[in-house]
Amino acid sequence: MGHNRRARQGGVMGKTVISIGPFHPLQEEPELFTLTVEGEKVVGIDLHLGYNHRGIEKLSESKTFDQSTFVIERICGICSTSHPFAYTRAVEDVIGVEEPERARYIRTIIAEGERIHSHLLWVGLAGHFLGYNTVYMWVWKLREEILDVMEMLSGNRNNYAMFKPGGVRRDIDPDVIPVALRKIDGILPTLDMLRKAILDDPVLHARLKGVGVLTREEAIAWCAVGPTSRASGVARDVRKDSPYAAYDRVPWKMITAQEGDVFAKAVVRIMELYESVAIVKECLKSLPGGPIDLDLKGVPPGEGIGVHEAPRGEVFHYVRSDGTNRPVRHKVRAPSFMNIPTCTSTVVGESISDASIILASVDPCYCCTERLAVRTPEGRRLYTGPDLVRLSQEQTRRLRKEMGL
Amino acid sequence: MSRDEVLRKVRERFAASIVEIVDRSPRRVYLEVQSDALVPVATYLFGELGARFNIASGVDTPTHMEILYHFTIEEIDLLVSVRVKLDRDRPSIDTLSGVIKGANWIEREMHELLGIDFRGHPRLKRLLLPDSWPEGVHPLKQDYREWDTTAVRDRGV
Amino acid sequence: MGITFKALLKSPWVFHLSTGSCNNCDIEILDCLTPRFDIERFGMRLAGSIRHADVLLVTGSCNRKTMERVKRIWEEQVPKPCVVVAIGECALSRGMFIHSYNCPVPLDKIIPVHAYIPGCPPKPEAIISGAVKLIGKLRASA
Repeated sequence: MGHNRRARQGGVMGKTVISIGPFHPLQEEPELFTLTVEGEKVVGIDLHLGYNHRGIEKLSESKTFDQSTFVIERICGICSTSHPFAYTRAVEDVIGVEEPERARYIRTIIAEGERIHSHLLWVGLAGHFLGYNTVYMWVWKLREEILDVMEMLSGNRNNYAMFKPGGVRRDIDPDVIPVALRKIDGILPTLDMLRKAILDDPVLHARLKGVGVLTREEAIAWCAVGPTSRASGVARDVRKDSPYAAYDRVPWKMITAQEGDVFAKAVVRIMELYESVAIVKECLKSLPGGPIDLDLKGVPPGEGIGVHEAPRGEVFHYVRSDGTNRPVRHKVRAPSFMNIPTCTSTVVGESISDASIILASVDPCYCCTERLAVRTPEGRRLYTGPDLVRLSQEQTRRLRKEMGL
Repeated sequence: MSRDEVLRKVRERFAASIVEIVDRSPRRVYLEVQSDALVPVATYLFGELGARFNIASGVDTPTHMEILYHFTIEEIDLLVSVRVKLDRDRPSIDTLSGVIKGANWIEREMHELLGIDFRGHPRLKRLLLPDSWPEGVHPLKQDYREWDTTAVRDRGV
Repeated sequence: MGITFKALLKSPWVFHLSTGSCNNCDIEILDCLTPRFDIERFGMRLAGSIRHADVLLVTGSCNRKTMERVKRIWEEQVPKPCVVVAIGECALSRGMFIHSYNCPVPLDKIIPVHAYIPGCPPKPEAIISGAVKLIGKLRASA
């Protein structure tokens, strides 16, 4: 029983190469991060991508502008609507139009609903990595409430198919709004409980503060985006810097932190949850009337850029049209493409038991990027992903014991 | 610095290298420069104007290979896209990764998907495509054709 | 089917394998573990390792980089007999990625598939329903 490849090389002096494994212990997936360690300390990191590369940009060139929206939605399951949001804005930028008022609000509601479920997903997974399995189960149960709301509003828990160039595809049924508002209000008490449990926990303070620090200078040098950079004091958010949809029509705050460590990133995401809840509620209450779609008939030759603040940061789409009904070029840039390389700065120098939580702290779109594993320089597997998560959980237990809790 | 000042300063400083400035809309400017001016222009935008490098998009056209480098200047809500046109058969340009760390990965991606050479890049190896992918075959080019005879492209019904 | 298989079907160990996807299906499968859906009610248990899997839940469109690995995992690590369930459009036929240059063949050309659960992504209810039906069918024929 057990992997023969899992044999630990005890007492190894000098450098050992470690690749970090699956994000969830119940999955078997190829490697993304390869770490070089000396004893317990990480001294180098190498990143490998391509395990989710499906050639979407090329695929988009053979679809019509409308069909492309559906392909784009499947770039990433968690931030699925962020990509159509940016893409439809890019197409609208080519033409030089903006969506009607009611569509602005509906787009905002869907996008913020997604942010809520995405941040909750992250909190749950982070909880699991740290050995807080109750948090993991609680948070994912809470997430179901939001998915119910999304299903009420759009018809699906995921892949809402709400966006189209020119507006939104379907309207929100007014009868659904009071029910949705009640459900959203219903998550606030649990959210408060979770916030206190996480942000006031002395063990988490000891475990995460000062760990995996990304300085402000590094965040700028790597061109990081989203909570990853906001937690390092870079006060940038597309929704504030370049307002679109209904983001300048409802009140909300940009959340930042200064320390740049894992704890700061957790704080930013948790506090952003409250802002998103406020935005969704306000938009549902003050949803204006009018058309939901510009009913665009074609895209003239030209180029356009659409951006949106996805849960992980700015997502960027560039579209070029030659006047036919297909994009001649469609460039997609997910936020994690800019955020994951920051690991070069944040993981090196840290201990191996912190590696998995530091890597998880940039919220690598679970698929805009991928998995981990640990190997010796000869390529023999030292640890698997579950091992590393276990190391991380053990570290928390050790800390708790030291603190007498 | 206001939007007009930014454009004025860029015009002054890089007058010899600018091919065209397209003032598309309040938030969008497309600036075409000679390819040897790309690094100085990018250094100016990133280093002195504090712009954030967003990403670069390579585009294969019938006449040339094009790269657009997108920079966002958040303070004035302006997105400047710097365009360079390269030779289609042997596209080559100096790397930007020495100046901007964040440009490292996208240059590797453009290299494997479009065949663009980034001179001076520390590690121009594959990023997304598997090792088994044939050399010299660049999927994002317009003349890309299916090379894999074992691929199954129908649904079998 | 031998005695071993019958015994395994009483309380099968389930393992989730992703071959490269948008992860929506993967998240929905993980959702099956959470209190609202809780697949353990149906006698399914989660295997800690693929080497203990009786039922393999596979997602993703099997792109070139993962293809070799999936084949190897299936041949070397997965104990036979093991039932494979393809979950989501990508695992069924690659769905909209059928013409992708990086997704050359569907999953069932690489490893045998015993059941298909369509959806993009299929809801947890659909996943559980599919898995339960499959196990019921196998028990009936065993």
